Amino acid sequence: MINKIVKSIEVAVADVFDGATVMISGFGEAGSPVELIHALVDNGAKNLTIVSNNAGSGNVGLAALIENRQVRKIICSFPRTAISVVFPEMYRSGKIELELVPQGTLAERIRAAGAGISAFYTQTSVDTPLAEGKEKRDFDNKTHVLEHAIKADFSLVKCLGADKYGNLIYNKTARNFGPIMCMAAKTTIVQAKNILDVGEIDPECVITPGIFVKRVVIITNPADESKLVAEKRRYP
Amino acid sequence: MKLADKKIGWSVNEMAQKVAMDIYDGAYVNLGIGMPELVAGYIPEGREVIYHTENGLLGMGKIAEPGMEDPELVNAGKKYVTAIPGAAYFNHAESFAMIRGGHINICVLGAYQVSEEGDLANWSTGNPDDIPAVGGAMDLVAGVETIFVITKHCTKSGESKIVKQCTYPLTGKSVVSRIYSDLAILEVINKRLFVKELAPGVTFEYLQKKSDARLYMD
Repeated sequence: MINKIVKSIEVAVADVFDGATVMISGFGEAGSPVELIHALVDNGAKNLTIVSNNAGSGNVGLAALIENRQVRKIICSFPRTAISVVFPEMYRSGKIELELVPQGTLAERIRAAGAGISAFYTQTSVDTPLAEGKEKRDFDNKTHVLEHAIKADFSLVKCLGADKYGNLIYNKTARNFGPIMCMAAKTTIVQAKNILDVGEIDPECVITPGIFVKRVVIITNPADESKLVAEKRRYP
Repeated sequence: MKLADKKIGWSVNEMAQKVAMDIYDGAYVNLGIGMPELVAGYIPEGREVIYHTENGLLGMGKIAEPGMEDPELVNAGKKYVTAIPGAAYFNHAESFAMIRGGHINICVLGAYQVSEEGDLANWSTGNPDDIPAVGGAMDLVAGVETIFVITKHCTKSGESKIVKQCTYPLTGKSVVSRIYSDLAILEVINKRLFVKELAPGVTFEYLQKKSDARLYMD
C-alpha cells in the first residue's frame, strides 16, 4: 500500500549523505522549508552542494546550514539579500563556492533534469561574463549558450497540502521552485502544512503529481523565516 | 528662490509617469525592482495592464496594506504584495517560459549603464568585494521584446550613465529600446541614440554634455 507520509522529520532526512546535492525550494522565505533544513542541520551531512535561489537570511534555515559548515558549494541566482550575513562572510573568506546562474536558466536547468533533458540552448547570458567558457551555437542567426541540467540527490520542498500518494498543492507565490525541484531529485522530501485525504484534491488542481514525491512530513505550524530573523533566532 | 527650484529635468515620479504613458492597453508588463515599480502608479485611466512578477504571479496587485501582509505572497523584490481578481500563480519554469518565450510585452528595468548601442549593465559593478547576484535580469533582457530603462542620467558623483560602451559587466547586448532619464527620453535606433523628448529646461547641448555617448536629434 502506498503511504508516503513519514512519522518524523528526523526519519524524513535520515539518508541525506555527505557530498549529496540537495535542492531547497523557496524564493526568499516564501516556500522555504525551514523545518526540513533544520532537520538537515541536525542530520549533520557535510560537503553538500545546495541548489536554491537565494543563500539564506539571518542565522536560521539555509543560513544556519551554511553557518554550520555543511555546504561546500551553492548554485543560486541571488545570494545577496538585505539580511544575509552568513553567506557573504563565508564567501569572502573562501569557505564556500558559488555558481551564479541567471534565475530563469536555474529554473530551466532544474526542470530539464526532472524531464530527462540533459542540456538545452538559451539566449540568456549571451555576451555576459556568465556565458564565459560555455559552448555556443547559433539558431535563427542568434547566439545561444549551452546549459546543462542540474540533477539532485535530494530535494527539500515546502507545500500547503499533501495526500498519502504525495500529490501536492502549494500556497500563492510560495510555489516558485517547488514543483520543478520535486521532479529533479532522486529523493524528494516534502513538508506539508496539511494532510489531505486521497481524493480530496481535485485531480484538475493537483500541482505536483505524487509520482515526483518520495516522502511527506506534516509540519502543521511552519515558522515564518522573517519572524525568526527579526527575533534574531539561531539554529541550532 | 529655493535651491530645489533651480533644478532642471524631471522628478523620479515624472519619469515613471513618462514610462507609464508608453505602456499600452492590454500589455503584459514586468517591472524591475526599485524605480521601475513606481510606473504602476501612473498608468492612464482606461488602460488595463497585467503585471507579471517572475517569482510566479501574473496579475500582481498593489503592495499589501499594513497588517495584511502574507509572507507567501511576494514580488520579485520580496515585498509583500496582493493579487488581482483573475490572477494566476505558477512555478518558476513556467514563469520564465513567459519571459524567454516572448510572452511578456514590456519590461522596465533600472540601470548602472546603458550604451549607445542599447547594451545594458544593471547587475554588477564588477567590484570583487561585492557578492555577485543576477536574479532574472539576464532572462528578461534576452526574452522580452521591448526593454525600457528608467534611470537617473548621471550617477550621484556626476558620471554619465549613458555611455559609449559599458565598463560594467553586461546584462545583455543591444537589448534596450528606450531610456527614460531625468533629463530626456532617448530611443535606440540602429545602434544610435536619438533624443525623443527633452525634459523642461534641458537643451540638446546640455544633454550631450551630460552624456558620454553621442546623441542624435531628428
